[in-house]
Amino acid sequence: MLRFTLRRLALLVPVLFGLSILLFVWIRALPGDPARSLLGERATPEGIRQIRALYGFDKPLVEQYWAYLGQLVTFDFGSSIRDGRPVTDTFLEQFPATVELAFFAIVFAVVLGIPLGYAAARRRGELVDGAVITGSLIGVVIPVFFLAILLKLVFAIQLDWFPTSSRQDARIDATHITNFYVLDGLLTREFDAAWDAIVHLVLPAVALGTIPLAIIVRITRASVSEVLNEDYVRTAEAKGLHPQVVRRRHVLRNAMLPVLTTIGLQVGLLLSGAVLTESVFAFNGIGSYLFDAIAQRDYPVLQGYILFIALIYSLVNLAVDIGYGLIDPRVRVS
Amino acid sequence: MRLPRTGARSGRRVVSLLAAGALAVAASGCADSERAASGDSSSGSSEASGGSFVFAGSAEPVTLDPFYASDGESFRVARQIFEGLVGTKPGTADPAPLLAESWETSADGLTTTFQLRDGVTFSDDTEFNAEAACFNFDRWYNTPTGIAQSEDLSYYYGKIFRGFAEGKSTDGIYESCEATGDLEAVVTLNAPFAGFIAALSLPAFSMQSPTALEKYPVPEGTDPRKGDYANDYPTGTGPFVLDAWDKGSKVTLARNDAYWGEPAKVDEAVVVAIADPGARRDALISGDVDGFDLVGPADLTALADEGMTIVNRPAFNVLYLGFNQATEPLDDIKVREAIAHAVNKEEVVSASLPEGTTPANQFMPDLVNGYAEDVPTYEYDPELAKQMLADAGQSDLTLEFNYPTEISRPYMPSPEATFNVLRTQLEAVGITIKPTADQWEDYLGVTTGTTKHGIHLLGWTGDYNDADNFLGVFFGTETMEWGFDNPELFKELTEARGLTTVADQTEAYTKISADVMEFLPGIPLASPVPSLAFSPSVEGYQASPVQDEVWSSVTVSE
Repeated sequence: MLRFTLRRLALLVPVLFGLSILLFVWIRALPGDPARSLLGERATPEGIRQIRALYGFDKPLVEQYWAYLGQLVTFDFGSSIRDGRPVTDTFLEQFPATVELAFFAIVFAVVLGIPLGYAAARRRGELVDGAVITGSLIGVVIPVFFLAILLKLVFAIQLDWFPTSSRQDARIDATHITNFYVLDGLLTREFDAAWDAIVHLVLPAVALGTIPLAIIVRITRASVSEVLNEDYVRTAEAKGLHPQVVRRRHVLRNAMLPVLTTIGLQVGLLLSGAVLTESVFAFNGIGSYLFDAIAQRDYPVLQGYILFIALIYSLVNLAVDIGYGLIDPRVRVS
Repeated sequence: MRLPRTGARSGRRVVSLLAAGALAVAASGCADSERAASGDSSSGSSEASGGSFVFAGSAEPVTLDPFYASDGESFRVARQIFEGLVGTKPGTADPAPLLAESWETSADGLTTTFQLRDGVTFSDDTEFNAEAACFNFDRWYNTPTGIAQSEDLSYYYGKIFRGFAEGKSTDGIYESCEATGDLEAVVTLNAPFAGFIAALSLPAFSMQSPTALEKYPVPEGTDPRKGDYANDYPTGTGPFVLDAWDKGSKVTLARNDAYWGEPAKVDEAVVVAIADPGARRDALISGDVDGFDLVGPADLTALADEGMTIVNRPAFNVLYLGFNQATEPLDDIKVREAIAHAVNKEEVVSASLPEGTTPANQFMPDLVNGYAEDVPTYEYDPELAKQMLADAGQSDLTLEFNYPTEISRPYMPSPEATFNVLRTQLEAVGITIKPTADQWEDYLGVTTGTTKHGIHLLGWTGDYNDADNFLGVFFGTETMEWGFDNPELFKELTEARGLTTVADQTEAYTKISADVMEFLPGIPLASPVPSLAFSPSVEGYQASPVQDEVWSSVTVSE
């Protein structure tokens, strides 16, 4: 397992290197000019020339990439051309917000999705199954953006059960240690602040978690249905094993492999999918910052953030593969 | 310090308290809080007589050192912490005494003697006097070379003073600042600039504490916006002081109890960034914030229906339809005049701009010194427009019409809507419109960075009361946006900028404004009214055309 993990980690280096080249070229191929976007309506040719020279955008592309690579090997991702802040600093500051949101979204999806999918599979063809299938179909097709606005309109504005925006009430003077607001509230015993952060997470997490929930329900249902028909389940039942043992040890354990893969893929997608949800709920994570960076052609931020996201995506998938091995020893052997 | 909430969210709060209590029991073994009084949010603080004012802007400030800022959000916060020698008269763009009680400019326009306000201290207890004022003038002049002098950082100094002590541009207009008394400072320019006093009302030229600036120096060659001073220790003389800048979340300002003037009525002001206008509206309606800026015109009715207070800023901007004279036949004055007669500005305003907006007849709003009462106008007359086009041999005219999408600027809140109205009007006189829509960044590139565009929508919000800040910005030199070379107009504008008195300058700009409308490089459409929205519990917000909005008079009732 250790060798497997190390080999996969080593493979990340060429992957990220290749991605850095692709990103570099792709981002510069976008129409628009960061200098012009920085200076706005009344940019003068001289001002634009000056900014381009300052950030080295006037140099040949190869030279620019070489300089960028030189920075990367020292883990320097450069600074935003909009606000001058180091990309690593802003990412580390905002990433906890996105992780917190993605975590709550995936918890929502898993905690609801697996039991619902399982129940649907066990009662295949019954009313429960039909309701779950219909619900999950709606969940898959409903656009996140639309759902987010709908949830906000109903539960925040009409019913006033939840706040409409941000990660915490602006009037709360909370202590932030890790920038995971819920965790910070618990660590510092500022429980009202922790609860306030949770309340702020509910609607964005539900909006973001709905598609993964629907997918997990469907995958779980399909996978459990398939396993329920396996010979070994029938054998286990026939030899008189307690139904609970059969369910836990034979059905769920075997059915969980595709579900786990799905969860892994969804976690990666959630990080990028959070952009829209963060925008609707003014949830200051990496999504909204990245969105602005695209609009303003903030090359260093775009390059740095996408590389970070790619790295995290790869690591999550590696963790899923390791999880596979833990659940199913056959994978380890192969 | 924990402060009580305002707004009707009691249901949410009861649930929150119960759950917070449960969390407290569950996790009682955790680390101690750094905050003085955690867990007392519901009861409020006994000293919190003024409460807090939570305001939503559209983005985080870039920096809290206003000298290196040019964005509205940085200036919004800076205006609470800092003050300049010159302010503005409430509700106008006209200069007014602030840290300087009075000033006198010599006949040649080169020397200005400022009499400073007595008894003012910076929030770090440093005395504000003539030496401190000159320290600031010299600091600006001696801006380090490199990134600090780049156009996006020291933008306003570069534009107004036109050069630094060192660097590639050393032929600026600043000569010296001399403290001729404890409260008397003499600033000398080497070329007259009548807009000098008005320009000093910009937050970029705020007085900053020499002690704090020296205590937290910016390492050589580094970006001054990232320094300790600009992030954690901005020190001015204003009614608020920085409490904390929680990056990515909010800027918290505490009342400056040692303020020389009337102290702020609220205990603290919190500025949060909500980029999406719809999200800002929702945050106000649900009570998460007490007010916000840049209200979308489409939201005005909904906000009013919810009982929110709408405050309009006097318009200090202009939206125009520009002609690119590098493209035929827009270089023909007869064609430009025909198009002007085809445009019904009243309809453009009523169909696409906020209520209260007035049509414009020149390239600056009426609040600016130099606004001409009498300029050539082009009445809406579609029949005349058709006739003029036929006379010019352009009966089958096809025009490319560039407009931006998915953007809202104070002078152009709904470009798509404005485009649609204009398109209909132009098609009604037989012009075939070829629409070219681009996203904002690309749009700017096409319309201001190339000559490959036709008629287009653009505008400008002024920074201070100086006609040069409108006419000079638009037509001071040859640009790709307008595609014309008019040396006579360029010369007129250069000369007007160097006039020694505001009276002379006003007279000159009145003439130039009329000349421009005769030359007709574009059609000034309107000066849209930007709006702010507040919860009914907020009172005392004074809107300013140049956004010189200091929150010391704001109150938030329970």
